[in-house]
Amino acid sequence: MAKLILLLLELCIIFCVVHAVFEDQVGKFDWRQQYVGKVRFSHFDTQMQSSKKVLVATESNVFAALNSRTGELFWRHVDKAGPEGNIDALLHHAQDAILVVGNGRVLRSWDVNIGGLNWEVLLDSGSFRSASLVGQQGTVKHVAVLKKAFISVHYLSNGHQKWVENLPDSETVDYQTVYSGGNGQVFVLGVVPHSHITIVVYSMEDGEIIKQVSVEAPWLSNIPASCVVVGQGILMCADSTTMSLNTLDLHQQTQMTQIPLQSLGLEADPDFHPSLMSHQPNAAQKPLSEFFLQLGPERYLLLQLNNGQIVTLRDFNPALLASFATTGEKTVAAVMSPKNKTACSINLFSADTGRRLLDTTLIFTVDPNGGKPEKLHVQAFLKKDDSVGYRVMVQTEDQTLTFIQQPGRVMWTREEALSDVVTMEMVDLPLTGTQAELEGEFGKKAAIQDGLFSMVLKRLSSQLIMLQAWIAHLWKLFYDARKPRSQVKNDISIDNLSRDEFNLQKMMVMVTSSGKLFGIDSKTGAILWKHYLDNIPSNAAFKLMVQRTTAHFPHPPQCTLLIKDKDTGRATLHVFNPIFGRRSQVTPPALPQPILQSLMLPLMDQDYAKVLLLVDDQYKVSAFPSTKNVLQQLQETASSIFFFLVDSSQGRLSGYRLRTDLSTEQVWEVVIPTEVQKIVFVKGKRPNEHVHSQGRVMGDRSVLYKYLNPNLLAVVTESTDMHQERSFIGILLIDGVTGRIIHEAVQRKARGPVHVVHSENWVVYEYWSTKSRRKEFSVIELYEGMELYNSTVFSSLDRPHAPQVLQQSYIFPSSISTMEATLTEKGITSRHILIGLPSGGILSLPKMFLDPRRPEIITEQSREENLIPYAPELIIRTEWFINYNQSVSRVRGIYTAPSGLESTCLVVAYGLDIYQTRVYPSKQFDVLKDDYDYMLISSVLFALFFATMISKRLAEVKLLNRAWR
Amino acid sequence: MARLLAFKAVIIFNVLFSVCTDLAYCNNGRRGGDPLETEVSGFSVPLEHSFELDDVAKFQSRGSLLLKTGREPSVSLAQNQLSEEDRAKLKEVAAVDGLYRIRVPRVFLQADRQTEWQMEGYLTAFVRACAMVESHLSDVITLHTDVSGYLIGVSIVTLPGACRGTEVEDEVDLEVFNTTLSIMAPVNAPGPETALFLERMEQESEKKGKNPQEQKSFFAKYWYLILGGAIFLMLTNSAQPPAGGGREQS
Repeated sequence: MAKLILLLLELCIIFCVVHAVFEDQVGKFDWRQQYVGKVRFSHFDTQMQSSKKVLVATESNVFAALNSRTGELFWRHVDKAGPEGNIDALLHHAQDAILVVGNGRVLRSWDVNIGGLNWEVLLDSGSFRSASLVGQQGTVKHVAVLKKAFISVHYLSNGHQKWVENLPDSETVDYQTVYSGGNGQVFVLGVVPHSHITIVVYSMEDGEIIKQVSVEAPWLSNIPASCVVVGQGILMCADSTTMSLNTLDLHQQTQMTQIPLQSLGLEADPDFHPSLMSHQPNAAQKPLSEFFLQLGPERYLLLQLNNGQIVTLRDFNPALLASFATTGEKTVAAVMSPKNKTACSINLFSADTGRRLLDTTLIFTVDPNGGKPEKLHVQAFLKKDDSVGYRVMVQTEDQTLTFIQQPGRVMWTREEALSDVVTMEMVDLPLTGTQAELEGEFGKKAAIQDGLFSMVLKRLSSQLIMLQAWIAHLWKLFYDARKPRSQVKNDISIDNLSRDEFNLQKMMVMVTSSGKLFGIDSKTGAILWKHYLDNIPSNAAFKLMVQRTTAHFPHPPQCTLLIKDKDTGRATLHVFNPIFGRRSQVTPPALPQPILQSLMLPLMDQDYAKVLLLVDDQYKVSAFPSTKNVLQQLQETASSIFFFLVDSSQGRLSGYRLRTDLSTEQVWEVVIPTEVQKIVFVKGKRPNEHVHSQGRVMGDRSVLYKYLNPNLLAVVTESTDMHQERSFIGILLIDGVTGRIIHEAVQRKARGPVHVVHSENWVVYEYWSTKSRRKEFSVIELYEGMELYNSTVFSSLDRPHAPQVLQQSYIFPSSISTMEATLTEKGITSRHILIGLPSGGILSLPKMFLDPRRPEIITEQSREENLIPYAPELIIRTEWFINYNQSVSRVRGIYTAPSGLESTCLVVAYGLDIYQTRVYPSKQFDVLKDDYDYMLISSVLFALFFATMISKRLAEVKLLNRAWR
Repeated sequence: MARLLAFKAVIIFNVLFSVCTDLAYCNNGRRGGDPLETEVSGFSVPLEHSFELDDVAKFQSRGSLLLKTGREPSVSLAQNQLSEEDRAKLKEVAAVDGLYRIRVPRVFLQADRQTEWQMEGYLTAFVRACAMVESHLSDVITLHTDVSGYLIGVSIVTLPGACRGTEVEDEVDLEVFNTTLSIMAPVNAPGPETALFLERMEQESEKKGKNPQEQKSFFAKYWYLILGGAIFLMLTNSAQPPAGGGREQS
């Protein structure tokens, strides 16, 4: 027994590769960027002049405070994803920020300074309509929440409910807005569409209904969209059908007064729906009597309501955006107007008079690779001389936040599009100029054209250039060595990008759901280029492919992004250079037909671009690039090009073969009845994967050969019957060329969500076991057996024997978000499985623990083979977390890429945050350690060298002496 | 130990049992054309094949599959001979590296009534025609069903599978199909083996209990080492302070 324990310990010591980082290595190879998502609400913290906080609530259900000087996060709270954590409203008063979350489910108050939760109350169920702060006698102490059938008022200090009242006739009246002018009354405005407005006035003290009025308004259906409250409680509505403004005094009148826009001397765009914008600086006071009227996409008017008369203070034409801001007693209006194609100017105007304030022009440069400005957030402050200064945060269509100070200095930008990365690729950086020079010298074309003499000259000149570069490099090293370390900056810019010795630094090309593409340096995380694609459909699916790598100098690298509308199937191609982000010269083909499938072939055209095949809904194939050379190659190899299509709605998997005329023919078909199960995943292997060893050496020195079918597809199905006794998960391994079902298994009493990794000769999947109520891992491995059928080449058409299938399952103590396998250059390094956990950790689980050959009873042979004895539970060891305390929120995907070092795999985890690091699944066997003792080894070498010299000399002398004797 | 072995045997038996593969070796092509009697618990569906020079599928009958429905479905096959014309065509197709395709209709094997088993559409598979020729028509056809008994796929391979370009001289070799037919249901994937593991752990602890040497507590076993260590520590502690003090004084 003791032996057994010792053996176990021994095994643990042998296998448990420690992956922890040392303290001084933190941030050396890894970086993390945190994002908040597309901003929905924002408030500047104005309680103190020196406050630097911008509060933002976003569509990704994040509530955060940004540092307005640097753009960094002070604190961030990530709520549940989906509608449950949706932020409905953000109200800000002094130190408190009030959030209504999850369609009025929860009311929360946060302390703005430290980001701590003050209180949280659960609200009664009912769909949320509106929320407002309620002031009384100059102070704000309550918050009113309007739901479909009732209104409740809570204390700001502790969240306790002051009173709750049912709304009268809530079945017929759609209550939409709550308003308080700070005089002890709460107005609730509801509408019966195309009939009348209902106004219910509650007393702030006890919730008693003071008054209930209904006013004719047959044209009105949505109050928040067309009405605002201005001045002394006057409801102002814009009616787009009659092109008029309608006013109603909430305190006295029972009839709306119509003021046609023409009577004000205004002409409106007939197609445009005019909208209004008012401003209430403080909930305890009345709103301003000035308001904005937007009359067209580029036209704003500053109007004033004066004793029932509307006065035009100023006409802004053209103006893109307008916004109010208050500091102290002063309220200003900021208006952004286009200046020229690349810049906009922002000016401040006095809200009372409409006069332009002097020296308040601010220039906003519109990024040509960005989107149009969408929202303007203004922070106004009083300068020492009592004039108003301001800063603005501009939100653009591409979800970028730009914070600008006068006169146009960009203090920071945040690319919030990166909070929703859809797909990514890592591309090798190009060679340096000198390396490229050498490459060019030996280029094929050059050699043919030039004679001998010019070749010699070329060689000499390139050698000179290399020498020059080397000297410059030495000089830089010497120069930098004298400066203190903190001052040495390695500014990465697009001009000095070059591949490092071990190809550890790469360009990360990230595609976000908003349609903005980014090029990010993998070493530092700096954004090197960005490109916004407008007119991306909202439900687009993206597929990013590298058509030409950087290895083919002087041809530039080329990436192709396939953008497909999920509903119509219509697709477009965006071809670009992944290093510089520029659109390529190559014009992509127009795709008139919906696209079903795209596939990259290993074939290359004469410019070394891989051929992309696109299959349309007529099963016709088009190639890109489609030069003569490509078409000829396609004709020659057509009979060996197979592809498959999956129609999960009909459960149909079908295989096609290419014909020489680029039409296709169906060759196999597998139909999985949708009444029983539906296809959720079809996963092939990664094309750039290398497997180093064809087999595994067994304990008796024989070899068990792996079944390495590159065309194998893992198809995962889930049962339609969700009853916990009858639900199951199906795993089918299908050959993508012949349609042969290699293996078919069902995991009974199991349910999704399923996560699958398919690589080499194994498939790992994770599911929820409904019987035991836990997450379980299962691994399938395929082996050919003790003999290889055809060791030189693999052909799906010629593998008559079915492989041996081994399977084992394990209990996993956590649910997971995503899963991926590590990938290295030559596939010698052992594999790990990277698991993104919902807690934000990224776990690196050695594949060795997921091995169906783990024996239940230890034998001499299994010990020889270094197999770990079977244990049903996989234990999460803390040292397996590769991101120590750098949690990655809502991790959605993990991307792995090989580096130039066999031991090293580059990892990018993306979700709300982006985290980049390196992993060494078999430790750094090909790299000397950081603390390697060069002195010792060189001194030993030198000592040995001299010892040899001396002893040689001595031996010679001795020989000579002996000869003389 | 015996109990353990028995347990294992049961498991193996279970596994074998659940892999319900019924093999039916059929070489009764000579009787082709005989009408098949459909039994109460079975029905027959056509097995069709197609091999054309222009690769446009034209399916013709190759034989018929007799499927037995029920809990453990089984299958047998009756097939026709290849005609003279077909043999020539197959060789021609093989020469231009065409495909030999087969198809079976989609059926539901658990159906009680005859009207229920038939479903729309076919399942198809293919093999290179040259492989068919060079293997002298010896092929392995597998029908795959899903959990509830729907036929979801068919696969065909030839033995040997390769096309080496060897000429088949004898026409007789291409007359009769030598087919190995099987029907496969999905395998039950194993769950985590907790029971066996727990049993093993129990056995280990039992073993531990039997061995009196193991039962001794940690202190009882190693008291002399601990005592020795403690004495050593005390000695070194008592020796150090004077040395340190001496240095301070100097």
